[in-house]
Amino acid sequence: MNTDDARVAVQAAFAQVAPDLDAAELIDTARLRQDLEIDSLDFLRLVETIAASTGVDTPESDYPQLATVGGVVGYVASHG
Amino acid sequence: MGEFRMPALGADMEEGTLVEWLVKPGDFVHRGELVAAVDTDKSVIEVETFEEGVVAELLAQVGDVLPVGAPLARITATPASGGPAEKQPVRRPVRRPARQPAPEPTRAAPAERAAGIPGTAVPVSPPVRQFAHRVGVDTAAIAGTGPGGAVTHADVERAAAAQARPQLEPESPHPAPEPTVKRQKQARGAEESGRTPALAAPAHVRSSPRARKLAREHGIDLAMLTGTGPEGAVTEADVNAAITATPVVTPTATPTATPAVTPEAPPAPPESAEHPTPAGAPTPAPDAATARAAGLRRAIGTLMARSKKTIPHYYLTTTIDLRAATAWMETANVGRPITSRLVPAVLLLKATALAARETPEMNGYFVDDEFRPSVPVHLGVAVALRKGGIVAPAILDADSLSLDDMMEGLRDLVARARGGRLQRAEMAEATLTVTNLGDLGVDSVYGVIYPPQVALVGFGRVAEQPWAHDGMVGVRPAVTATLSADHRVSDGMRGARFLSRIDELLQEPEGL
Repeated sequence: MNTDDARVAVQAAFAQVAPDLDAAELIDTARLRQDLEIDSLDFLRLVETIAASTGVDTPESDYPQLATVGGVVGYVASHG
Repeated sequence: MGEFRMPALGADMEEGTLVEWLVKPGDFVHRGELVAAVDTDKSVIEVETFEEGVVAELLAQVGDVLPVGAPLARITATPASGGPAEKQPVRRPVRRPARQPAPEPTRAAPAERAAGIPGTAVPVSPPVRQFAHRVGVDTAAIAGTGPGGAVTHADVERAAAAQARPQLEPESPHPAPEPTVKRQKQARGAEESGRTPALAAPAHVRSSPRARKLAREHGIDLAMLTGTGPEGAVTEADVNAAITATPVVTPTATPTATPAVTPEAPPAPPESAEHPTPAGAPTPAPDAATARAAGLRRAIGTLMARSKKTIPHYYLTTTIDLRAATAWMETANVGRPITSRLVPAVLLLKATALAARETPEMNGYFVDDEFRPSVPVHLGVAVALRKGGIVAPAILDADSLSLDDMMEGLRDLVARARGGRLQRAEMAEATLTVTNLGDLGVDSVYGVIYPPQVALVGFGRVAEQPWAHDGMVGVRPAVTATLSADHRVSDGMRGARFLSRIDELLQEPEGL
């Protein structure tokens, strides 16, 4: 999957999990936990939503790669 | 003939707005079944009926604002109630028992529970216990006809049928105010609970529900008005006078904004004259959302102030080695679809629930100068709301849930807490609360107990820490657990026992 498509999918997933977040806040360097206040349950929902929309299933061992928005987009792009 | 009345969904609640009926005339409702959704100023809460029978008539409409105790529907008790297998109480996938037989002096069995003898537990299997909970039957009061005196499903059904007599709204551990009498008492500040918060929030304004609704719709702050009603109460006329005197506010419509945006009698001011929005946000924040957030903030502040004022807190802390627990969990999660993976928080919650069952001084309510331990553990979970504020709804019967059920329950609870649709029992009946700030990156939290509970457990973040073992130093994942406890009910020894029990349970995660 190319990065643009991945980004669109990721932004849509964030919109579902944290609807109060502005798309403008989803910059690549934004950290999920510290900057976007995504807690462990939100994170699970995010991973689930992405799996449902893109088919990219994330094993637990890969969670550390999804610490920032850029990380998530990159992961989806390379696995999608 | 019984009535379904507006329940008190919090000690400081005076009125609520009916936002949805979940039943219609002609429906048969079981005790404990969810029948309506009520909006308090903090959240929308689904409430259950304590009457069983056929819904005869709906007395209130969606949108009505009614005081606590006001009748909302008439329910006709039928002789046949209690017989057929109960309906699934709700239109929602995950079902939690909607009610617990709370420890209260007016019922026979809890008197012995209040004396603190949880050892007289009657053998009851979890499914039967949940059923009993749902239909409002106290299993400790039933003579079981199953093997070894166990209480069976049929025993519960019989007891439910025997209890199907119209009775007024019982038990919320918060004293449920009678429609007008107690409300005035509360308003006079006889109880500290909410009338005069220690913070800078304005004193409560006396006014009628209709005046409040009108004020809300027009963005008018009641505290700014001089009331001409009884005891300085702000009347509808007072609000109307204020409306005609102030510039028109036209907030942008949002899903939660009240529908009446067009004011009733704007004389001169054109629509361009607007109040500056409170937060100066780029999109004008509508009254409903900011009012709700402010209301929630005030409510939290009041509750925390009361807690600190009335509960003598003591604090204990311990650091727990989580190597065994996280290793076990990682193994358990391998091969599981995302939807059923466990998070560390669930292990911490389950261990806490089990330890609480064994340490009754941590689990129950302090009401009317005495401690009433609770047999079931309804574990409150402090959930941060994304727009600020916290709610702490309960996972009911947490000590009897499997880890998978608890995980599912936790996800559902948090989603509904953030989405704003919790049930009365979840809001009112936590017997102990856990606050898990681990996700925010702090080591530990010394929290404030939520009255009428008597303890609060905090967990910091799970982090790799140096660990000494057998004379050598290594690295292990660990978490700092803290206990804030009520010194009127327990001493440090019991508190320490409770915390170390949580530790012990987490060293054997397969037993959780």
